[in-house]
Amino acid sequence: MINMTTYDDASAAAPAAADAPRRKRRDAQGTRQLAAVLLSPTLLVLGLVIGYPVLAGFRESLYARGQGLDADGFVVEGERFVGLDNYTAIFSGDRADAFWNAFWNTTFFTLTTVVLETLIGVTMALIMHQAFRGRALVRASILVPWAIPTAISGLLWRWIFQADGAANAVLRQEILWTADGFPAKMAVVIAEVWKTSPFIGLLVLAGLQMIPRDVYEAARVDGAGALQQFWRITLPLVKPALLVAVLFRMLDVLRMFDLPAVLIGVNQKSVETLTMIAWFEASNLRYGSAAAYATVLFLYIALIAYLFVKLLGADIIGEARQQTRRARRNHPVKGRRKGAEVAA
Amino acid sequence: MTGSVTRRTLSYLGIAAVAAYCLAPFYWMAISAFRRPQDQFDNSPVPARWSWENFSAVFSGDNGFGRALLNSVIVAGCTTALTLIIGIFTAYALARLEFRFKNAVLGLIIATTMFPGISQLVPLLKLFTDIKWINTYQAMVLPSLGFALPLSVWLLTAFFRQLPFELEQAAMVDGCTRGQAFRKVIVPLAAPGVFTTAILTFIAAWNEFLIALSMVNKKEMQTATVAISKFTGVSGFDQPFGTQMAAGVIVTVPLLVVVLVFQRRIVAGLTAGGVK
Amino acid sequence: MRRIPLTGATVACAALALSLSACGGDDDGGSKGTTAEGLQGRGPITFVTGKDRSGYLQKQIDNWNEDHPNEKARVIELPDEPNDQRQQMIQNATTKSDAYSVLNLDVVWTAEFAANRWLTQLPMVPSGGSGAATAKGAAIDLSTMLPATIATGQYRGKLYAVPSTSDAGMLYYRKDLLDKAGISAPPKTYAEMWSACDKVKKLPEGKDVDCFFTEVNKTESITISAVEAIGSAGGTIVDASGKPALNTPAAKQGLEFLVNARKDGRMPKAAVTLDTEGGRRYFQSGKLLFQRQWPYQYALADKGDGSSKVAGRFAVAPLPGPNGPGVANLGGHNLAISAFAKNKATSLDFIRYLTGEQSQRANLLATSQAPTVAALYDDPEMVKKFPYLPVLKSAIASAKPRPVVVKYGDVTAAIQGSVYDAVTGRTSVDQALSGLQSKLTPLTAQ
Repeated sequence: MINMTTYDDASAAAPAAADAPRRKRRDAQGTRQLAAVLLSPTLLVLGLVIGYPVLAGFRESLYARGQGLDADGFVVEGERFVGLDNYTAIFSGDRADAFWNAFWNTTFFTLTTVVLETLIGVTMALIMHQAFRGRALVRASILVPWAIPTAISGLLWRWIFQADGAANAVLRQEILWTADGFPAKMAVVIAEVWKTSPFIGLLVLAGLQMIPRDVYEAARVDGAGALQQFWRITLPLVKPALLVAVLFRMLDVLRMFDLPAVLIGVNQKSVETLTMIAWFEASNLRYGSAAAYATVLFLYIALIAYLFVKLLGADIIGEARQQTRRARRNHPVKGRRKGAEVAA
Repeated sequence: MTGSVTRRTLSYLGIAAVAAYCLAPFYWMAISAFRRPQDQFDNSPVPARWSWENFSAVFSGDNGFGRALLNSVIVAGCTTALTLIIGIFTAYALARLEFRFKNAVLGLIIATTMFPGISQLVPLLKLFTDIKWINTYQAMVLPSLGFALPLSVWLLTAFFRQLPFELEQAAMVDGCTRGQAFRKVIVPLAAPGVFTTAILTFIAAWNEFLIALSMVNKKEMQTATVAISKFTGVSGFDQPFGTQMAAGVIVTVPLLVVVLVFQRRIVAGLTAGGVK
Repeated sequence: MRRIPLTGATVACAALALSLSACGGDDDGGSKGTTAEGLQGRGPITFVTGKDRSGYLQKQIDNWNEDHPNEKARVIELPDEPNDQRQQMIQNATTKSDAYSVLNLDVVWTAEFAANRWLTQLPMVPSGGSGAATAKGAAIDLSTMLPATIATGQYRGKLYAVPSTSDAGMLYYRKDLLDKAGISAPPKTYAEMWSACDKVKKLPEGKDVDCFFTEVNKTESITISAVEAIGSAGGTIVDASGKPALNTPAAKQGLEFLVNARKDGRMPKAAVTLDTEGGRRYFQSGKLLFQRQWPYQYALADKGDGSSKVAGRFAVAPLPGPNGPGVANLGGHNLAISAFAKNKATSLDFIRYLTGEQSQRANLLATSQAPTVAALYDDPEMVKKFPYLPVLKSAIASAKPRPVVVKYGDVTAAIQGSVYDAVTGRTSVDQALSGLQSKLTPLTAQ
């Protein structure tokens, strides 16, 4: 029963005991199976709820239907394959202006709100983490902005930003926040930042709470100051949670729809986002065109997410590899790594 | 000692600032809800006359708001429970197991959050109509699950990774199986993260509107956000602002109470099994 | 060993979802019947509408259900927001679901819904038809209804929807201030309106009062204001042949009225942020002399509970125009039958029931929504309760609809954009009109 299987290159290079490679192989196989079992429910749900509609949408984006009337005034039935026409239409004529306007609005909202949210959220988390008493109460209260349904908070802010509303009363100005124009952008940013900084605050706080106390004590013994502690210990340790929070905030803002729609309204140049254009197309029965906008938006979001992970979040994914390497270093079986080194 | 006093004062000031930031607009909302309908658009910081009228209007006979709240609890509760269970398993695999295509899986999962939600609506509606899921809870829970999973998986993965590997290995050396080591060591230590993920999932599911609106056409099955969207004035034009604000207070405050009551208990409960 | 408590919860969830969904099953179906017109099927139906405002609808439904135990109607409530209502109805149509039977449609949706084959064509008594035809099972008799409203239910000469409520803008004015200034009759022209305003401004109590308000925020409201302004000048946005007609002097005169009213300070700068309710608060605060507004405001502004400062101090008149009485825009709702509904014969009877004089009278009393049955406007009892009815009747009689086009959503968005830009001074009136003309040309092409 010994050595019935052949070694792969890496294990062959391993100087370990004779049955170790086989055990490792079986482990790896078991791990793969376990991973498959653990991952499949998530992938199944996502495949059904998102994957299927997305594929259906992509197909739709290559077709056009419901355009043109027949002699009796009825819409011509049936769909027609149009290739990439729905995509090229986005970038031509009047619609190109609308697209780029929405593109810049979307980008502007993403940049401003994510930066502000991160600053405010991290500050909130640090304050709450330092709190001597009342942390639970404050933690519950920072949930308030996040917990109010967007439709209602949009309405609340709409009322606050009315010409004779609370915002102008406090500022003693007469700013037309809810009319199509630059103040409308500001109104959206303010309401959005208020609503979502708690999201980042909560997640960073959770990350902070998971840092073992002895790490700080060790640092204090080493004579690290408060600022040093923050940069050297706190920030690196909460970084994974913070980056995930920021990443998902970006993905959300890039798809923003409800808040500007409720607060300012649809078809308003100053706050129209890409999702709002897709919505407008769909609500006027140009499903193919709507799906094309959604696909273009997807590509833009995917690009941003990719750049974000590459530039800032290398350790969202990479850290696991490092940790695994670290773990392996302590593990009796070092075959694959050693082998790789030998090969190098 | 003066340093400690200053720190304490600063800490309280900070706490007060955070609370004020988060609660000032909410205060405006609550105050608007307590105004009499005829004073609805006053700008005074405290209502001249207090009234429960908006709150009783929320629960008035034909709104079915009580039932709607119950439906919301069921949908959001089920979504949260399922998300956590499925998400914890998946996140464990992504954080603690070594296998190929891991980054591809992570990428695939997050890619599902890059499409505008409205583009998923019509295909799902067609599907659920075909399999006769209209007017069921699962027609609302399953999409919410799909919307909640990516964030939960990524967060839990990040939280699990944040914990040192050595702890789990030590437990395994002590004779625990992989599963036991995970349950007894990692989950308790990650409790704050798991709990926070649960809260965020619950709130997201609680506030879901578009799917809940489209998949249900029976009043007995509608959720709170859908019920609120149906509030109406006397005519087609007058907006029931006060009632909507009262409803906002009603759907938000119980959430906070639950969080307050449970956060210690759940976190403590999850942590209790640990070897901290 | 501690178990994660959630496993139990999941099992409970699954069980609950299954058991509770069992009661959400299909309850459609029923005996089939045939009517003379070919609308078939009798049995349970649904009535799809924004939420009832009076609490009276359910009573009407209960009455119907009592008389029709095998053809019961169930209300499916949609959100209050018209866009959301339209969205839900379109979704139902795209999935060809039979869940919706009778639809409560905004008047501007008729063309789009009919052209997409989402509505069932309804049998109609030819104009001048005899009253005998109103017997049960026969065609819909529209002879009792205001002619302007009937047109809103038609597409290409065929009937798809039956008018159930109507609406038209009126001029609300501060009668107390006009009386003080010695003006006995409300203005019929813009010039009369501005001169009346100047006189009132000279009064001590008229110093802080603004002249005029009509909605110019970038929503459906600005389309309505544009239709009224251009219509009052004798023009139209889309002409009878379905072509845009914005390159006319009348269109220019109409749009100039809106633009100049804001530019000359007759209308406050903040007008662009005020929606219908904002306009009502504005008028009720006592700071506004003339206002274009819907009838719903009458009862609310006349309330003596302190919410309105103008209670008992205002009156209504037909809208003014440049050279004489202006033209109002037509609002309201129609009832139609979904093309995918099962029990169309029952649905038709149900529509006849809800749009009948009796139901409309009850509805007017309960909700003050304008009826479509002409006789109710002349009923002394009604006029006593709703003094604005005679003015409203003449407003509806001369009212113009918004463009009757299949792509209404695109058309109104284009109108909103161009008119808003002109009103806020971003483009000139000429630019706005020529831009709009070229945008509407492809949208209205056949």
